[in-house]
Amino acid sequence: MSDQATNPIAFVAEGTIPPSPPPANETGVVKWLRENLFSGVVNSILTVLSLILIYILLKNTLPWILNGVWNANSLAECREILGDKTGACFAVLTERWPQLIYGFKYPVDAYWRPNLAFVLMLVAIAPVLFFDLPRKMLLFTAVYPFLAFWLIWGGTILVPLVALVGCIAAGGVFQKLGNNNFAAGFFGAIVTALVIWNVGGALIPEGASENAWLTAVPSRDLGGFMLNMMLGVTCVSLSVPLGIALALGRQSNMPLIKWVCVIFIEFIRGVPLITLLFVASVMLAYFFPPDSTVDLFLRVVIMITMFSSAYIAEVIRGGLAALPRGQYEAADSLGLDYPQAMRLIILPQALKISIPGIVNVAVGLFKDTTLVSVISMFDLVGMIRGPILASTEWNGVYWELLGFAALLFFVVCYGISQYSQWLERRLATDHR
Amino acid sequence: MSTMTDPPKADFRLSMLINDTRYRSLTFQVIAAIVIALSIWYLGNNLIQNLRAAGLNISYAFLGDSAGYDINQRLVEYDSQSSHARAALVGLLNTLLVAFLACITATVFGVIAGVLRLSNNWLVSKLMAVYVEIFRNIPVLIWIIIIFTIMTAVLPAPSAFRGENPTSSMLFGSFAFTNRGIYFPRPEFANGLFASTALNWLLVIAVLIGSWFVSGEVEKRATKKQEETGERPATLLPKLAIWLVPFVLLMIIMGLTWDVPELKRFNFSGGLNAGGPLIALWFALSIYTGAFIAENVRAGIQAISKGQTEAAAALGLRQGRIMKLVILPQALRVIIPPLISQYLNITKNSSLAIAVGYADITATLGGITLNQTGRAIECVLLLMLFYLTASLLISTGMNIYNASVKLKER
Repeated sequence: MSDQATNPIAFVAEGTIPPSPPPANETGVVKWLRENLFSGVVNSILTVLSLILIYILLKNTLPWILNGVWNANSLAECREILGDKTGACFAVLTERWPQLIYGFKYPVDAYWRPNLAFVLMLVAIAPVLFFDLPRKMLLFTAVYPFLAFWLIWGGTILVPLVALVGCIAAGGVFQKLGNNNFAAGFFGAIVTALVIWNVGGALIPEGASENAWLTAVPSRDLGGFMLNMMLGVTCVSLSVPLGIALALGRQSNMPLIKWVCVIFIEFIRGVPLITLLFVASVMLAYFFPPDSTVDLFLRVVIMITMFSSAYIAEVIRGGLAALPRGQYEAADSLGLDYPQAMRLIILPQALKISIPGIVNVAVGLFKDTTLVSVISMFDLVGMIRGPILASTEWNGVYWELLGFAALLFFVVCYGISQYSQWLERRLATDHR
Repeated sequence: MSTMTDPPKADFRLSMLINDTRYRSLTFQVIAAIVIALSIWYLGNNLIQNLRAAGLNISYAFLGDSAGYDINQRLVEYDSQSSHARAALVGLLNTLLVAFLACITATVFGVIAGVLRLSNNWLVSKLMAVYVEIFRNIPVLIWIIIIFTIMTAVLPAPSAFRGENPTSSMLFGSFAFTNRGIYFPRPEFANGLFASTALNWLLVIAVLIGSWFVSGEVEKRATKKQEETGERPATLLPKLAIWLVPFVLLMIIMGLTWDVPELKRFNFSGGLNAGGPLIALWFALSIYTGAFIAENVRAGIQAISKGQTEAAAALGLRQGRIMKLVILPQALRVIIPPLISQYLNITKNSSLAIAVGYADITATLGGITLNQTGRAIECVLLLMLFYLTASLLISTGMNIYNASVKLKER
């Protein structure tokens, strides 16, 4: 008080003081660093260790990648170009590119056929993956398998044409009969298809493949990454319907059907894929009629499809079990019979729940297609380990080739799993 | 008012077999049985005809014949004169060995990576995410080949340990990392209590199991005391003594010595040898499956609600104890079922040993034996039988463990 008395002019602030900026270590980069990287002693040690690890990794790989040689005809030539520098010899990829992708026997002038089949596959698969696309595109998806078969194997167009006609007729019969009675439609469709295939097969003239538009390529000439893609796509698409059937069979209250499905699923899941591939390569031929020649590709497709269908069946069983019981009862009380209830009420919901699981199985299966190299089929890994590393020019270029294979698989599998996550978010219509 | 009456008893008509739900399932099952019987008959008939055409018959007599090939990596006595059955046994033990080792290390890698992926440290969690994504999305066969290549291309040959100025030297004078595998000292008993080495080792194991039981007793007694009086007696020293004293005494009595590997003319001899293929397979399976386990661990920990952590912190528990006492016991229940299937996957994936020449059962019974004798059907069936049994045993064992840690609900 005495202050005021001695100093008559009181201090009056005329405006608000502008807010001072927060302390330097509470904003921006510094704050982020402090909170995320150096929040404690342990954390700081971990950060430093990680930085050292990253540094070592980059120091060893970056020069190797950046100094890479892309044009050379052999490893020796590569080393000559590199001189004293360390560097990769990516020339093996450019020089052996066709072998890595198509295998070493596929006719060179026919490379456009698998390429076209691949591009068309993207178009055919798009409406399945993305629901916003026009539904009419599914028509092309239905035709695609026959078209792709013709493009890749070549030969006469009559074979896929007869197969397609059989399928269309079967679909027609199913539409006609299946509306009233599912079983009649189902069995009618199978009989129709079998009749048309047999009659049509008999009508195809001998040697029709000799002068066909596209030269025929035998299955054993397929190879490289193309083989992985073909096995993966074929087996996954075949095993989804089979897996649904197995899962429904396992849920069935008919004891015979239930136990057949249970034994099949548990048996397949209990043995490694390699033993099933052994079955395909050395044993399955004994079970076909003596005069038939079923080629290795088809035998492998049969075994891998059985393998993945057992896993997909378990995923779908999980989806079926996750549905509330009320859904089944509601379907029953509406007076729907079993096929109707499954098609209209149960499966759409159960499949939605199981999509992430099915995609996981698909990714696993695609990775497992590399195992066919063990039974001496020349897929990507088989090509690398066999013809390429054994050749005199490229003996010893492990890292470039294995790294390339790893990268290729990583891109595809990571892409698929990202798609699955997107789909999961997209389909999450409940619990908002 | 109407009364319920029994529906009129219709006479059985043939159409009821397909239209009446009472009979329909019977009809379908009879049809299914006929179809299955027909297909089995068809396949069996084909098999018999094909076998007759090839002049073969199904017989397991070949298992007694001399195998005639060598196996480097073996746990039991075996030489090229031994029978095919013995070779299969060696392979079987090798499969179990690599599966067991890989299960342990994969769990360790997986738990570390899974916990670190949830770390507050941005860099560490991103690094772990990269590890998981990279190893999950590349086929395990490629990983096995890559690691086997590292083993053979990067590690020095045994000859590098030779000469006046060797380019490589043994670690602590007793461990040698070469491109043919890792050589390390083998413990030996100078004056064992039993004549056979196996019995001596069994004795060691028995002593260790005894220590485990006694230390468990000590722990129980301490907990009881704590519940009665509120004070927990120190158990560290007694437990240490229980573990160490009998073991060390046994070692001194039996005269433990080490058989150290030595460089002979072309390679190391003496000591134990874990061959390159074993190491490659073990390591590849561990890091590959570890990535999957890391995801399971992360999902398990995230499944525990944040309130649990906060409640534990409010009770005044330290960070480490929150993890150990509150989060992990609950997360374990979520983690164990997927962990079981990962262990099964390791066992099944160990069959890829054939790609690097590790003599597991697929490589011996399904590889060399099959090729030498041409007994495809018998070999593949035996192989499947083994894997089926192993899978069933592992899943049964783990399910029992799972039941024991499950939430006991009333």
